[in-house]
Amino acid sequence: MIIFDATNRVTFIHRIDPRARVVCAIAFAVTVCFFSRVQALCVGLAGSLVLTGFAHVGNRRTLKRIGALNLFTLVLLALLPLSGTGDVALRLGPLYWHRDGIRLATVIALRANAILLTCLSLLGTIEPTQLGAALNRLGVSSKLTRIFLFMIRYIEVLHEEYHRLRDAMRLRGFRPRCDRHTCRTFGYLVGMLLVRSFDRAERIVEAMKCRGFNGHFFVLTPFRVMGRDVATAIAWGVYLAGLCWLEWR
Amino acid sequence: MMPPLIELESVSFGYRAGHAVLSDVTVRLLPGERIGLLGANGSGKTTLLHLVVGLLKPTSGTIRAFGLPRREEADFLEVRQRAGLVFQDSDDQLFSPTVLEDVAFGPLNLGKSPDAARRIASETLRLVGMAGFEERVTYQLSGGEKRLIALATVLAMHPDVLLLDEPTNGLDETSCARVLGVLMALPQAMMIVSHEREFVNRLATRTVSIERGTVSDGHR
Repeated sequence: MIIFDATNRVTFIHRIDPRARVVCAIAFAVTVCFFSRVQALCVGLAGSLVLTGFAHVGNRRTLKRIGALNLFTLVLLALLPLSGTGDVALRLGPLYWHRDGIRLATVIALRANAILLTCLSLLGTIEPTQLGAALNRLGVSSKLTRIFLFMIRYIEVLHEEYHRLRDAMRLRGFRPRCDRHTCRTFGYLVGMLLVRSFDRAERIVEAMKCRGFNGHFFVLTPFRVMGRDVATAIAWGVYLAGLCWLEWR
Repeated sequence: MMPPLIELESVSFGYRAGHAVLSDVTVRLLPGERIGLLGANGSGKTTLLHLVVGLLKPTSGTIRAFGLPRREEADFLEVRQRAGLVFQDSDDQLFSPTVLEDVAFGPLNLGKSPDAARRIASETLRLVGMAGFEERVTYQLSGGEKRLIALATVLAMHPDVLLLDEPTNGLDETSCARVLGVLMALPQAMMIVSHEREFVNRLATRTVSIERGTVSDGHR
């Protein structure tokens, strides 16, 4: 299992300070959430698409994620207009699709896609460990960032452990069915994984103590704010202001 | 005779009352020695190493390390720096995302500056023949590579003693030979816990066997 793919491609987006990227992504998401004009949202979505192109994240995995999101927006588009009032756009037997509902569903779909694409381009290009460090530097509690970092490191190990247990079950002829035996077996599997994770956590702490760990993490590569980070922040602010003008002019 | 680096005197330990894993164990590690501790699964080999660095506290007996008796948690902080324990499962030891960060973790904890820690890490990696692995992701390494990096993380703290828990556990012949070569070239005194007699015979200067919780040490 690969959690993130460390693409060797380094674009100018990769070089921007991770903290700046996190702040930009959050600012964009919060701003766009308040938009309700289709025109402003379309410009925002177009901007996100351009950003996706710059960040070179337009691969199959990205498409899969966008697909998953839009499956949901399709459901919304089909169901939300049913509960609207006002003009009827489409009538099928006893079902009425209202125009204002369609508009609302479209706005939601546009917002969601614009935010997803921007996050993929800005946050998806940050290595998870850097993201953890950046969040910590931005004031997220160190307990949370530590949990995040350890999760990244050990999810792979636990996944392997899960597969070993699963293979051992399969080798003894286990086939999941819809019965008590299957439920109980999966219960044991999950329980065993929890117990093993706990044991491993204890061993990791012991190993860290042996190397002088006293609760404080030291960072090897400190972040440095460069000229391009400031330039990015300014450019991003202008972009968001432009979007706001389109929305509220 | 030189004073022993580490000395366990009539040490007993049990996880449950009335059930001793180790009873009345006496072992001495002298400078320059490489003691091989041989024993079957569950004979208390790992427990013995954990007692030396204070991860476990003995139910009776005394532990002396580097000339001082060690009882409290605070006493063991210095022991853990001077006696480096290499864990059986390298995945327990390597928790940082990249090799460089992991090897630098110990030196940083000892108060070294990031630049100094980085330099020590690179030097240590070269020492164990893993130069060029600095930016590699720890969980993508092979078993043999992980073991050598785990050894480097401990060596980076410049310990006087190495405590090795099954250093060849799960390694193939080539990796075993590589680990053996690296260990043979190190100046540190060592305590090697293993059930692989052949490996221990080649590395150790003397062997001690643990049977049913007691130790027969030639120096007793």
